[in-house]
Amino acid sequence: MFYRECGNFKDSYASDMAIFPIPLDRWGFTVMLFLAFVVIPLFASEYLITNIIIPFYCFALSAFGLNILAGYAGQISIGHAAFMAVGAYSSFILYGRYGIPLIPSILGAGVVTAAVGTFFGLPSLRIKGFYLAIATLASQFIIEWVIVHVEWISGGVFGTIQAPEMYIFGWPINTAVRKYFLALCMMVVFMTFGKNLVRGQMGRNWMAIRDIDYAAEIIGVNLYRDKLIAFAVSTFYAGIAGALLCFCYVGAANIEEFNVMTSFALMGMIIIGGLGTVLGSFFGAGFFVTLPILINHSLAAFMDVVPSDILSNIEAIIFGGLIVLFLIVEPYGMARLWHTIKDKLRLWPFPY
Amino acid sequence: MNEKPEPLLRAEDIHISFGGLKALDGVSLEIYPGELMAIIGPNGAGKTTMLNILNGFYKPDKGRIIFEGKERPRHMKPNHVAAQGIARTFQNLALFTGMSVLGNIMIGRTMMMHSNLFSQALYWRFSQKEEIEHREAVEKIIDFLQIENIRKTPASMLPYGLRKRVELARALASEPKLLLLDEPMAGMNLEEKEDIARFVLDANEELGYTIALIEHDMGVVMDICDRIVVLDFGKKIAEGTPEEIKANPEVIRAYLGTAGG
Amino acid sequence: MTFFFEVLVNGLMTGIMYSLVGLGFALIFKASDVFNMAQGAMSLFASLALYGFLEQYMHLPLWLALLCTVAVMTIWAYAIVFVVLKPLVNRPPLMLFMATFGVTYLMEGIGQSIYGTQAKGLNLGIPDNTYEVAGIFISSFDLFFTAVAAVLVVGLVWFFQKTRNGRALRAVSDDHEAALCVGIPLLKAWTITWIVAGVVATVAGVAWGTRLGVQYSLSFIALKALPVLIIGGIDSITGVIIAGLIVGAGENLGEVFIGPYVGGGIQTFFPYLLALLVLYFKPYGLFGKEIIERV
Repeated sequence: MFYRECGNFKDSYASDMAIFPIPLDRWGFTVMLFLAFVVIPLFASEYLITNIIIPFYCFALSAFGLNILAGYAGQISIGHAAFMAVGAYSSFILYGRYGIPLIPSILGAGVVTAAVGTFFGLPSLRIKGFYLAIATLASQFIIEWVIVHVEWISGGVFGTIQAPEMYIFGWPINTAVRKYFLALCMMVVFMTFGKNLVRGQMGRNWMAIRDIDYAAEIIGVNLYRDKLIAFAVSTFYAGIAGALLCFCYVGAANIEEFNVMTSFALMGMIIIGGLGTVLGSFFGAGFFVTLPILINHSLAAFMDVVPSDILSNIEAIIFGGLIVLFLIVEPYGMARLWHTIKDKLRLWPFPY
Repeated sequence: MNEKPEPLLRAEDIHISFGGLKALDGVSLEIYPGELMAIIGPNGAGKTTMLNILNGFYKPDKGRIIFEGKERPRHMKPNHVAAQGIARTFQNLALFTGMSVLGNIMIGRTMMMHSNLFSQALYWRFSQKEEIEHREAVEKIIDFLQIENIRKTPASMLPYGLRKRVELARALASEPKLLLLDEPMAGMNLEEKEDIARFVLDANEELGYTIALIEHDMGVVMDICDRIVVLDFGKKIAEGTPEEIKANPEVIRAYLGTAGG
Repeated sequence: MTFFFEVLVNGLMTGIMYSLVGLGFALIFKASDVFNMAQGAMSLFASLALYGFLEQYMHLPLWLALLCTVAVMTIWAYAIVFVVLKPLVNRPPLMLFMATFGVTYLMEGIGQSIYGTQAKGLNLGIPDNTYEVAGIFISSFDLFFTAVAAVLVVGLVWFFQKTRNGRALRAVSDDHEAALCVGIPLLKAWTITWIVAGVVATVAGVAWGTRLGVQYSLSFIALKALPVLIIGGIDSITGVIIAGLIVGAGENLGEVFIGPYVGGGIQTFFPYLLALLVLYFKPYGLFGKEIIERV
């Protein structure tokens, strides 16, 4: 009886429709925020912050973006990493080349990516399912090529731009903790916005389109508009995530970071984490970021230096195996497992 | 009923074919405000196709549809037809299984909600107020159909009979001027049928909805409907009050298949 | 003008390879409604296995090594059908689609664990001479694989149109339930399809492996055959074959005649661009059949 839903009575629809209608969840969320804003920056090592937590936040944001598109609106995109690249390059160009302040640059990068994403979402108006999946794969290859070959964007043959030094109101963002706060604040703000979107009218429309598109249209959902909005919002998130990843973690915009394997990995993240849930995006991204480190540590018990190819092979096997396993056993991913645990905790220690 | 009022919807000379099959071949029908009418006919008569045309899912090859005195443009999208005030339920259940019952019914009100994306993302003032207003309206429908106890159940966990009822709720939620029901009682037991029949009657008589329904259970149709249109092989073969239809030899021939009557 | 034809012919020879891989996709899609993202990984695994049998672990003669490779791919087919697909039979097709992502990772991980990650040269002893035919230069190497691919394409079409198993598979692709009703075992049909797809993957893997070396990137080459499916229409075998030729010729011509003006490398995305264009005008491909939605 540790997880309690009963005993709290709602006397208005407003309280019933709050983000966290159950007090215990509200407490849990507060604790998480406390951890993220106070405990981690104070006590976590620089290695942990830079190499695990910052990429975790960025990938969570990006996975959530893909989740909006694939998990909520049911439009599969297997070229999503390319949109992260668009965000990364456009934020670097806006900030580094045109001297627009940092935060507006990142937001602007999101807007640019949303525009590109909406353009590549146009085929979704006529096709669906696998045909659409292949069309989104086209966006991956076309964007990669454009970034590498248009010198105005990439500035050279290798398609890499070094990160400019970051300042917010003249305040340098140069230490791990400051970068961490930048990533964290952006992530929290946009996750909150996203959560509001998916639980509101737009989220319902998206889920209706995902479940039965013709019925949604007959009931009055504007199929075309809402699909394109899904593409725009989803790629906006990808753009922001890509910009943050390159500013706070990689330190350069590099097209290799965003190849088709990253796109597949994003897909894997939302499957393992949970399709159509906000929580699942966190679980999936967390899993993806920590998996290589976990394997590394467990192998380190047997050998001194773990060769990187063995590491990546085992990572691939576990990642692939889990995708299959989750699809078979728990198609809604870790997030559903979490709910199952909560259900159990509600009754524990009694069996019924 | 000699002096009939202006019809709410008039379909004139509707033709549509799929491949070589003429699904509808020159059917005209009227639906009058406030009535409860039924479209009946043997399997494959084109009843569902007719509904699909009425709510804009199929475009007729030929023919006009006049709703509230205005002719509908030929390529009007289904969601715009819905916005004009035509709602429907489906023969093969079409609930959104990934959502709760509440979410499903709220979708019915999607056309009436106007807060923009940014306001929704912030869940601020207007957007929150709007959500709550519509939630209240939805709760009234939940009340009316007596499904309070399942409002937070995922639609995928509902039994068949309740799913049909939730679909009815979703259609009612949009406060339509014309409600099309495609076999609302198919596959139900007697008790469930009586429930749905009562809700349909109440919606018609108490809430004043204009309803056109397709149904195979003649007992129910004869009982509750004001007027019946009979289709057979894509053609309208009869139209009239239940008594007239019962006595119509054409209808008997279509159903029993006795050649030449 | 001769140069144009030379590029065209070479493009068509690449194209028949696309047709072949495209057929691998189309077969599985038709039979089990699964869009198999692992097709590329299957090619990679097959070429790795062949290299293993031929040089790395054993030194088998070529024919035996090929046979063993096909056997390995058969084992994979069984594993995929019975471990992955069987539990997912009644799930939405998108789930199956995503499951093949998992299979992709598994195959790449397992393959590279066994055979290592470094690129390997695969030498089958096919002579690489250049012949001149009517003023056009053609490499014997390309010619050989074009012949093999063409034979395989014809063989597949024959298998599907004329043999009993082939007809059963087509029945399955039309309607799973109806096929079950007339007594076609679904899982057996699926297994056969996946084995055939494995053979196709082997040929593609070997052809590309000998040309480019056996390495990780083989896994992506198959992705270039995806647009072929869109252009041809996923459910049309003829469509896929013709589309493969169009894409092969188109990308080669494009690379040679347009490429220099835009900085080259347009081969990587040209097929996709073509596919997007086709989608715009014919959403179900050039030869695919349109689906009428019912309520």
